[in-house]
Amino acid sequence: MQRFLNDPDDLVDETVAGFVKAHRDLVHLSADNPRVVVSNSARTAGRVGIVTGGGSGHEPAFIGYTGRNLVDAVAVGEIFSSPTAKSFADAIRVANGGAGVAVLYGNYAGDNMNVKMAARMVAKDGIEVATVVANDDVCSAPMSEREKRRGVAGEIFMWKIGGAKAALGANLIEVQAAAQKAIDACRSVGVGLGPCTLPAVGHPNFAIEPGTMEVGIGHHGEPGTRVEPLKSANAVADDMLKIVMDDHALAAGSEVAVLLSGLGATSVNELYVLYDRIEVGLTGMGMTVHRAYVGNYFTSLEMVGATLTVLALDAELKSLLDMDCASPAF
Amino acid sequence: MTSIQNADQVAILKDLAAVIVANKAWLSDIDGKIGDGDHGSNMAKGFGRAADRVAGQTLPLDACLLVLSDVLMGEIGGSMGPLYGLMFEDMAGAIKGLDRIDADAFSAMLNAGLKGVQGVGNAQVGDKTLIDALVPAVAAFDAAKVSGFALALDDMIHAAEVGRDSTIDLVARIGRSARLGERSRGVLDAGATSCCLILTSLGQSVRQRLS
Repeated sequence: MQRFLNDPDDLVDETVAGFVKAHRDLVHLSADNPRVVVSNSARTAGRVGIVTGGGSGHEPAFIGYTGRNLVDAVAVGEIFSSPTAKSFADAIRVANGGAGVAVLYGNYAGDNMNVKMAARMVAKDGIEVATVVANDDVCSAPMSEREKRRGVAGEIFMWKIGGAKAALGANLIEVQAAAQKAIDACRSVGVGLGPCTLPAVGHPNFAIEPGTMEVGIGHHGEPGTRVEPLKSANAVADDMLKIVMDDHALAAGSEVAVLLSGLGATSVNELYVLYDRIEVGLTGMGMTVHRAYVGNYFTSLEMVGATLTVLALDAELKSLLDMDCASPAF
Repeated sequence: MTSIQNADQVAILKDLAAVIVANKAWLSDIDGKIGDGDHGSNMAKGFGRAADRVAGQTLPLDACLLVLSDVLMGEIGGSMGPLYGLMFEDMAGAIKGLDRIDADAFSAMLNAGLKGVQGVGNAQVGDKTLIDALVPAVAAFDAAKVSGFALALDDMIHAAEVGRDSTIDLVARIGRSARLGERSRGVLDAGATSCCLILTSLGQSVRQRLS
C-alpha cells in the first residue's frame, strides 16, 4: 500500500511532533524526554496523576487521551513496542503533583516489565505509584485466567474513569480502585478482516485470506482465536456481541456504555452499520445504552476490522464517565 | 589460549551489531508469524545505534556492553529492551575492571547475564522464549570449561543453536505469542533466535581473540 512516509525510523517522532503542534491547547511535549506527551493540566498540586503508555501505531491512542480530567502524561513507544522504562519513569515524574501517580496500562509483556522498572526508578524520587493493568480482551484467554488477557480498547474507559476520579480529589488508592473497577467492568473483542504492515518492515506480518475473518484478533495483529468465512455485517455484529456478553453475564436491565472502534482502515460508515445492529442486540437483551462511542478510538495501523467494548455501569462509573473532560481524542 | 584482554574490544560490539543488523529481516519474519513482526527492526535499531556510539573509541568489553545496555533500556524499550538491557548490564558488571577474561570470568559473565534476564522476566525453559537458548548455552559452557575456553565456547554456541531449534516444537507460554496456544507451535521463537545470534557472535569473537 502507499503511505505518507519520510524515513520509517522517524515515524514515531514525526507523529508526536505533529500531534503536539495540532493540539497545543491541550498538550505539550516533555522538556526532558521527547517520548513523553504531557497534558497542559498535568501536575496539579495535591491531585493524583494519571499516566499511561504503549507502543505507537494505535493513534489516537495513547497520546490522544492526554488532557484535562483524563491522562496527565503518556510514554510513547516505537510502533507496536512498549515505551522504555525511562520514558514511563519520566511520564510519572511529570505527572506527579505530590499525591502519587496511577499508571493505567495494558497487559503486554514489555509494558509490564518497563512499568515495573519505572516504578522502581521513581521510588528513589519518593513518588508513590499504583498500577492497574487492563485485561479486557475476551478472546485472549479464558475468564479463569483473566490475568493473562490483553488490554485493548477498554483501556479508554479505564483512563476516563481513573482521570475523573483523580479530578474529584480522590487519593491514590481510590483512583486505583476506580480504574480497576472500570476495567473489571469491560469486555472487548476484535474482528480482523485485513492485516497491517509495520512501515519499517514493509510487508504484512500476518495474512487474512480474502473471504475470511479472524475473530479475537489482537491489537498488534496477534492472530485471532478462530478464522471463519466472512459473514454479513449483521452476523459479525451478532457474533461480537455474543462473545462479549456471554463473558459479561449481565443482568437484564443493566446500563452499559459501548465503544466500537475501527482498527484503522475500516470506514466509519461500516462502523455505524455494525453499531446499529449491536444496539438492537443489546436492547433485545434488556440492556440500556447510556453512551455510545463509534469511530477510530484505538487503531492498529491500517488493519481492517473493529473492536467492540461493553462497559457495565453502576452509579459511580456512570457519573465518572459523564464527567466533563477535554483531550484530542475523547 | 586461555583468555582475552578486556581492554580495547569495540570490535566485538561492532561485529555483534553487524550480525543483528544483517539478520533484521529474518528476525522480523520469525516474529511476524506469531508476534507483531517488530523484533528485527527494534533489535537492529538498538544494536546498530550502540555500535555507532562506540565507533572510533577505545573501550573495554564491559564498557561496550554497558553502552549497548543503556541504548536498549533507555531508547528501544519493548520487551527486548529491558530483557537484553539487563542481561548486558549484568554481564558488564561481572567483568568490570578485569584485565583479562578467562573461562571462569566468561562463565561469571554469562551467569550474571542469565540472572539479569530472569530477574525481570518470569520465563522458564520450555516457555518458548530466549531462555530456551540462553539457559542450555550457559550450562554447556560451564560443563565444558574445564576442558578449555575454546571448546567451552564451541559447546556454548552449539547448545544455543539446539536450544533455539527446540522452540519450534514448543507452545508459547509467556509473552505476546502465549495467547495463541497450539497455534504458536511449529515456528521458531524470535527471542531465542536473536539470543542464539548474540551468543554465537560473542563466542566466535572471543574464540578468535584467545591468547
